[in-house]
Amino acid sequence: MSRLDLKNGVIEIIHGSGGRASSQLIEELFIPHFDNELLRQGNDATAFDIPAGRMVITTDAHVVSPLFFPGGDIGSLSVHGTINDVAMSGAKPLYLSASIILEEGFPLADLEKIVISMANASRTANVPIITGDTKVVERGKGDGAFISTSGIGIVPEGINISGDLAQPGDLILLSGFIGDHGVAILSSREGLEFSTAIKSDSAALHELVSEMVQTVPDIHCLRDPTRGGLATTLNELARQSKVGIQIYEHTIPVRAEVKGACELLGLDPLYIANEGKLVCICPKKSAENLLNIMQQHPLGKEAAIIGQVTEDKQQLVVMKTTFGGQRVVDWLAGEQLPRIC
Amino acid sequence: MKYVDEFRDGDKARQIAELIQSEVRPDHQYRLMEFCGGHTHAIFRFGLVDLMPENIQFIHGPGCPVCVLPAGRIEAVIKLLENSDNLILCTYADLMRVPAGKRDSLHKAKARGADIRMIYSSTDALNIARNNPGQQVFFFAIGFETTTPPTAAAIKIAHHEKLKNFSVFCNHVETPPAMAHILSSGETQLDGILGPSHVSTIIGSHAYAECCKQYSTPFVIAGFEPLDILQSTLMLVRQINEGRFEVENQYCRAVKTDGNKKAQTLMSEIFEQRPLFEWRGLGELANSAIQIKNRFSDFDAEKRFAMEHIEVADIKGCICPAVLRGVSNPDECKLFGTVCTPEDPKGACMVSSEGACAAYYSYGRYRTEVEVVNS
Amino acid sequence: MCLAIPAKIESLDALASTAIVNLNNIRKEVSTLLLDEVTVGDYVLVHVGYALERIDPVEAARTLAMFDDMQALGDTE
Repeated sequence: MSRLDLKNGVIEIIHGSGGRASSQLIEELFIPHFDNELLRQGNDATAFDIPAGRMVITTDAHVVSPLFFPGGDIGSLSVHGTINDVAMSGAKPLYLSASIILEEGFPLADLEKIVISMANASRTANVPIITGDTKVVERGKGDGAFISTSGIGIVPEGINISGDLAQPGDLILLSGFIGDHGVAILSSREGLEFSTAIKSDSAALHELVSEMVQTVPDIHCLRDPTRGGLATTLNELARQSKVGIQIYEHTIPVRAEVKGACELLGLDPLYIANEGKLVCICPKKSAENLLNIMQQHPLGKEAAIIGQVTEDKQQLVVMKTTFGGQRVVDWLAGEQLPRIC
Repeated sequence: MKYVDEFRDGDKARQIAELIQSEVRPDHQYRLMEFCGGHTHAIFRFGLVDLMPENIQFIHGPGCPVCVLPAGRIEAVIKLLENSDNLILCTYADLMRVPAGKRDSLHKAKARGADIRMIYSSTDALNIARNNPGQQVFFFAIGFETTTPPTAAAIKIAHHEKLKNFSVFCNHVETPPAMAHILSSGETQLDGILGPSHVSTIIGSHAYAECCKQYSTPFVIAGFEPLDILQSTLMLVRQINEGRFEVENQYCRAVKTDGNKKAQTLMSEIFEQRPLFEWRGLGELANSAIQIKNRFSDFDAEKRFAMEHIEVADIKGCICPAVLRGVSNPDECKLFGTVCTPEDPKGACMVSSEGACAAYYSYGRYRTEVEVVNS
Repeated sequence: MCLAIPAKIESLDALASTAIVNLNNIRKEVSTLLLDEVTVGDYVLVHVGYALERIDPVEAARTLAMFDDMQALGDTE
């Protein structure tokens, strides 16, 4: 059997049929890039020792169009997304699993790019992919590539972080500029093309979180404002904790380019997706200290205190605008689509 | 953002508001209609109501293209999509969630398999037609006079390129007849009108002169930024106080008396008056819309596909029509905020973020709920 | 409403009747078919990929000056 043609070859149905072609794909593409001791066991299930304490598990399905965008691709996104979900419990991520669903005809060169990007993201984050699977669907039955990743992690002793723990009086911190990921995706979407230097903020946040929980172990809530943006995450936290939230527009970091793209397309930065930001709710007394720690980390340089938790039976998120008024910041209705009127 | 940020200055806004406060006559109720959804949106988004004296009342007008489109027009497109296998529908995303008949929408039609592409510009529809010569590309054109010239440009280009697979479903409507209808019906008493800003860049401020004179109603062409709206309100208050009624132009940085002649010439080359067209809420209005001229009938989707006229009854209890005429407020509707929400809109005014119901729901609840808590 | 936003013309392609506009460093190609005269540096109102009208800098400045006058008036009261 000749080697995979990574330059001109495409995915064929047989690559997912479990036979020799499947194993060739694994041996020539996945194993060399993902290589680690646990993966080398080569079994259907990978065995590992577990440390004492509380563990967390999360799973995340990744679909994105286009697959390659400024600042990342579906590969790095699938690694960062799951690491971040583990980290939002305050846990240290240990291992990842990945399953990839490919569409017949998908170029092997693109697959290799995605695999290399996943491997780099996992290596940089120091969270290995220790088991995986690939399936192939017929042409027309998939959108190129879908990736589902799961992750496990261990929660340090004394840490208890959950979306229902926000208390009136707590302060709300945001780790940096919002809307970069969503605008980067929009800028490369067919028909909308506009050019901008904005790149996706896709990044693994577990090291930032690790420093945060070490300094302030009594953090109440952590969440990454991905789909639905900051507005949706704040509404989720308000509902889960049965509290209200007051934020201040002038404190929320938004890049000028993101503001510009939003004005052009009739969108609101509060609802645009992020892939490398977190929202943190902590007791007022710890907030300044936490802010300093966040600002010292490269992924939290532009961190800011953006508001506080209030008592509110309606569980509304209310924003004081730079203009001087108050307005409700509602859940995202439908999806954020460019509008003309 | 130049020409945006300067017009969103909160301190200046409060100063203009004070001036309005000092000039309104305490014994008079000022009922001002903001024609455009853009004004409605800005009034809520920036909390301008909070800055206004109590005797100034904003009445929301029909200036939301998505809201005034009869559901039957969408239903007709869905029918067509279901009966053809080589049709690509191009639409502005604004239309996707608007309720057609029987809880259907373009969004749902897409989920059932229709090839629907959301576009940003009419030029995108042309590109899709060029790239898919084997398929019919159907452009669902909506909008007021602002959006009409880009549609005209697309038809002209398609004609020039002899594109065989491109057609336009024309739903473009004109604002002055709608305004005249509201003023003539006398259903709601209005003291003044904040006129369209971007529509007026095309048709010019003089387009409203006749209407203003005939109904003796003060008129100010108002920009969409909060300071524009406040200044326009002050200008209206002064006209009302002085017993004047004329068309004044606050948005003079973009609106000329005669409008954009080149765009007008292009529009009249491609389009002609449509004798009768239905507006949701206002009913059938004479000479209030346009249609594609015979010379360009190859590009007229209504002719190419012999589209059906479909009547769709309004959802029971929905008062969108009354809201669009400025007769009722969204919160007077039994469905408002209960069965009709932005997630599951029953009426068109809840879909578009420019719709009066959506603006009330998204931004207005804070006000009403706080009032409830306080009382 | 009709969503339109002022953006600055950075370059023009007279043959194709298009321009590249810049709004906070977001660059987008728009059609200039609806305008007779546009020059690099002009601000235009962009709507559905078309430049609808030039923003008149003199009129804009006059409107802004009026706000300031109102403010002065408001201050004296």
